[in-house]
Amino acid sequence: MFAGLAIASAISMVYHKNPLYSAISLVGVFISLSCIYVTLAAPFIAAVQILIYAGAIMVLVVFVIMLLNLDDDKPLNRLRYLYALGGGLGVILLAQTLFIFYAVMKAPNTPADQTMTAGKTLSLGRAMFTEYLLPVEIVGVLLLMAIIGAVILARRLSQPQLELVVEHELELEHKADH
Amino acid sequence: MESVLKTAFPFVVITVAVLIAFQMVLMIVAYTVLAERKILGWIQGRIGPNRVGPWGVLQPFADLLKFIFKEDLVPDKSTKFVYFLAPMVALTCALMPMVVYPFGPMITSVDWTFLPFGLGEGIHVLPLTIARIDVGVLFVLGITSVGVYGIALAGWSSNSKYSLMGGLRSSAQMISYELAMGASVIGVVMLSGTLDLNGIIQAQITSPFRWFIIPQFIGFFVFLISAFAETNRVPFDLPEAETELVAGFHTEYSALKFALFFMAEYVNMFTVSVMATVLFLGGWYVPGLSHIFEPGSIPYAVVSHVAFIGKICAFLFFYIWVRGTLPRFRFDQLMNFGWKFLLPVALGNVILTIIVVFFLNR
Repeated sequence: MFAGLAIASAISMVYHKNPLYSAISLVGVFISLSCIYVTLAAPFIAAVQILIYAGAIMVLVVFVIMLLNLDDDKPLNRLRYLYALGGGLGVILLAQTLFIFYAVMKAPNTPADQTMTAGKTLSLGRAMFTEYLLPVEIVGVLLLMAIIGAVILARRLSQPQLELVVEHELELEHKADH
Repeated sequence: MESVLKTAFPFVVITVAVLIAFQMVLMIVAYTVLAERKILGWIQGRIGPNRVGPWGVLQPFADLLKFIFKEDLVPDKSTKFVYFLAPMVALTCALMPMVVYPFGPMITSVDWTFLPFGLGEGIHVLPLTIARIDVGVLFVLGITSVGVYGIALAGWSSNSKYSLMGGLRSSAQMISYELAMGASVIGVVMLSGTLDLNGIIQAQITSPFRWFIIPQFIGFFVFLISAFAETNRVPFDLPEAETELVAGFHTEYSALKFALFFMAEYVNMFTVSVMATVLFLGGWYVPGLSHIFEPGSIPYAVVSHVAFIGKICAFLFFYIWVRGTLPRFRFDQLMNFGWKFLLPVALGNVILTIIVVFFLNR
């Protein structure tokens, strides 16, 4: 049910002419995705999905759309090669999905482990700071670099949009910290 | 028949619980509005509403009737769908956190055997929380941050420049202060080691300080200030600054749709008061009460619940008091204060807490 909602929102996001409607549809996608996470017993991921994507990043997107007051999207002719690229990527994604379906169908049907705590906050944090410490650190350094780069760009050009990027990066960095 | 009943029973219980909590929250909200008008009256040396019922106690109902019977104007050039969606988003997001509020301690001495068909067999508890989820704090923060869309979309869809300015201001302000708010909560989460609201209260009961406001007073003040900004209250009510923007994002809204925004603002006030109470003031916990009543008994729960509501009312009074006392910020002052003062202080508090917790746990 939630997957259907997500797909419906995604289709409406792609096909709406008005960028603000697209943004609202994307929020719908995020909320349905987080519902799916809840049903998969990963409440932390679900909450963070809503908090970061729906609550912070999409608000910034809506903010920029409202600031710039974009007109309805006109069809673009100069990006023809993107159609081929998109089609190719779509085929790859479809193949992946089919492969996952195949793997799931072939896998033995084991009962769910009741003591599993993989989605819980505590185990997630423990895994992030012990087993996967290096990737976490790398992501942190990467985000720091992005912030510094954005600050430098914003200082040189002093454009309001770039300040928004900085805010966005700060948000990400802050969320990644805990 | 019996098996159907047994399957449907939990859903019925949850529906009834949600309805009761909903009713209670809305009643408190309605009387917050009256209390605000009364207290502002006293602060400003006048009487306040006193015509409807003794001391004006029926005023909220009169206001509601007035909102219902007013003409519902829809601006001609508005984006209709979003215009209708916005107030619903605002109120829904304001009410949703209600399901995780810890209204009181769990009652462990209830006899449910009077229920027909043996529905109450083997159950002796009555939790005073509707849904106990693992990430209660994040849930509340996330849902309230989605509430920004109500205001931003209302401002955009009204197709009026005052509304648009109000919506823009509101989204910028909420994003900025959400950061400081989140950072101020981290200290509490680190001290208690859980994101569950009931778990945080339990951690406060077992901690030597009893209330987290003592070790986390910096976090408490940052939380309180950003809560004012999050709920668009004076001195941060720039989205609806009437001297500049007529009425801000709800300029074009009338009748019941305006009432929805109005209610959403007060429900949000209630939400942040609950959060401040649970995170920093021990929630329903009354020190020393376990010596008088048995923990888990009904009188213990009743007294704890009353204490919880009392703490929330104190916060609501504080809100009203500030509204009667302070002038409004200018927008650049607001942004500078949020980014250059509040956020560094909150992050400094996080680092300080990390160091202290690290050395205490060694």
